[in-house]
Amino acid sequence: MTPLSSQSTPLDAGWDIEQKEVLSALGKRKAIDKWFSWLALFAVVFSLFVLVVLLADVIIDGAPVLSWNFFTSFPSRRPADAGIVSALVGTVWVMVLVALFTFPIGVGAGIFLEEFVPDSLIAKAVEINISNLAGVPSIIYGLLGLQVFVRLLFVITQGRSVLSGALTLALLVLPIVIIATRESLRSIPSSLRQAGFALGATRWQVIRSHVFPLALPGILTGVILALSRAIGETAPLITIGALTYIPFLPELSLRGLQSPFTVLPIQIYNWVSRPQTEFHDLAAGAIIVLMVILLMMNATAIYLRNRFQK
Amino acid sequence: MVLNKKMLRLGYSSALVAVMASLAACGGGSQTAAPDAGTTETAAGSDVSGSVLVDGSSTVFPISEAMAEEFGAVNPDVAVTVGVSGTGGGFQKFCAGETDITGASRPISQEEIDLCAEGGIEYIELPIAFDGLTVVVNPENDFAQCLTIEELNTMWEPAAQGTITSWNQVRSDFPDAPLGLYGPGTDSGTYDFFMEAIGADGESRGDFTASEDDNVIVQGVSTDANGLGFFGLAYFVENQDRLKAVEIDNGDGCVAPSAETVADGTYQPLSRPEFIYVKQSVADDPAVAAFVDFYISPDNGYLVDEVGYVSVPSEINAKVIDRFANKTTGSVFNGGSPIGVKMDEVL
Repeated sequence: MTPLSSQSTPLDAGWDIEQKEVLSALGKRKAIDKWFSWLALFAVVFSLFVLVVLLADVIIDGAPVLSWNFFTSFPSRRPADAGIVSALVGTVWVMVLVALFTFPIGVGAGIFLEEFVPDSLIAKAVEINISNLAGVPSIIYGLLGLQVFVRLLFVITQGRSVLSGALTLALLVLPIVIIATRESLRSIPSSLRQAGFALGATRWQVIRSHVFPLALPGILTGVILALSRAIGETAPLITIGALTYIPFLPELSLRGLQSPFTVLPIQIYNWVSRPQTEFHDLAAGAIIVLMVILLMMNATAIYLRNRFQK
Repeated sequence: MVLNKKMLRLGYSSALVAVMASLAACGGGSQTAAPDAGTTETAAGSDVSGSVLVDGSSTVFPISEAMAEEFGAVNPDVAVTVGVSGTGGGFQKFCAGETDITGASRPISQEEIDLCAEGGIEYIELPIAFDGLTVVVNPENDFAQCLTIEELNTMWEPAAQGTITSWNQVRSDFPDAPLGLYGPGTDSGTYDFFMEAIGADGESRGDFTASEDDNVIVQGVSTDANGLGFFGLAYFVENQDRLKAVEIDNGDGCVAPSAETVADGTYQPLSRPEFIYVKQSVADDPAVAAFVDFYISPDNGYLVDEVGYVSVPSEINAKVIDRFANKTTGSVFNGGSPIGVKMDEVL
């Protein structure tokens, strides 16, 4: 728009028209803005509503079966006597082991790929492959676990054991952990690294005392989210031959690593497919337990993040 | 803070090293509970110890679970574990020698017989229960009281796909109402048996609602006024208030599915035997022998009934007990189907 508008009338007229246009367009833009915010609100309300309905359904069915007996009994053909102790202990066993395996390997691989490997074609190929691995269906990992951990490494794992299950799930979540670690490291400004190098620090020193501590909250969140995925997996564990009924618990020793096991998702799956509705209620109860464990893990992630961020 | 982190790290890494080291160390060790000796007396006795690995069909699982539970109460030193790999998956593991007993909702197939021969696994085939596949309709359906095998075949055969879509195409005096079909997934033993039994050559039309979870079929038929589905008798018994069972006419009049008609052999051809296959090489193992004796004992048939199946009639059961006592190996079906086979005669 020309600042000399006061002289000629045609320009004035033009300015008026433009202003009108702008105003009307503004109204339209504001309407779109409002419309979009309503749409977004609807998306939130809708998904929350679905979640609340699902939760309410599960809690209404499952809450009555939650009793001390439910946590301390083995599965039974009589719904009133059935419990989840073997599945619960199995789940805890497996998750602890998965965490022990994935944290050092996944985070280590992430740091190596992000901090030590120069940007090359091979690095890119590895990166793409890891991203692809993160998307491979879990049953494929089950087949791999069956062949490698259950059959080839029988001497160490003793077949369909807690250890085989944990190793299989560890493989499943490793790509997720590696990707989360790399993302987290990438978000640390490179000026920090350069400052360290300028002061004569080695790469190891820079990572250990500056980059890694800063990236840790993000890494931990990634690891725990990965574990949250592993805890709900059924297919790969059924494939490697996790059991459904075991009348004993793995002992708390290294031998326990080689003992057969079952986990909550398998128990839930089994109960859901039974004809008797009492078993469906037991499944709902087990779902509540699994959900509480999941929420506790996520709470731990948040706690750790806040703690390390200080 | 620094100290904290250091301690955490130290504890963590040393724990990991310890785990790895000792695992490798005890890797060669024997399994916790795997007795080889056969010194203890056979049959049920509370001094038997050892482990029994059971796997296989999900249909047989509730029976095995009930048996394992009650057996464990009398024999606390025997660890019986039960897995669910499906009938086919169970045979894969069984023929590779990985399990002692495998449950099956159909007889061992020719391919699996070859697989076991390859693995050098000999097996004892024991029918342990019967199940009646039940054809169900919505309670509002007042016309389909009884269906013949031919009519079921008309509905389900591959040629019916896209053409048989209304009830009056099945029988002319049925109303012109859309036919809604529900059934188990194509890789389930129940599907195989049903299609074989109605003469559809083990295959069916593709345009029906398939679900691996029978409860979904219950849900489907109970909400579709013109629906029809099939599954094991137990799923009907538990849902009698919202489903109606169709009587089956095999040429000798209409027979309703029930524990009685399945047991006395009049509910044909949709009654099917359920099996366990015991690895012959471990049949002398005191733990396995005690468990199988318990499993096939007529005193424990009530457990089969309790979980929703039909226990084996006593005259057949006596032959099953003989079969295990004599360790008769092989399958009486020779890889074929059990339809029309009189268990009483072949055992």
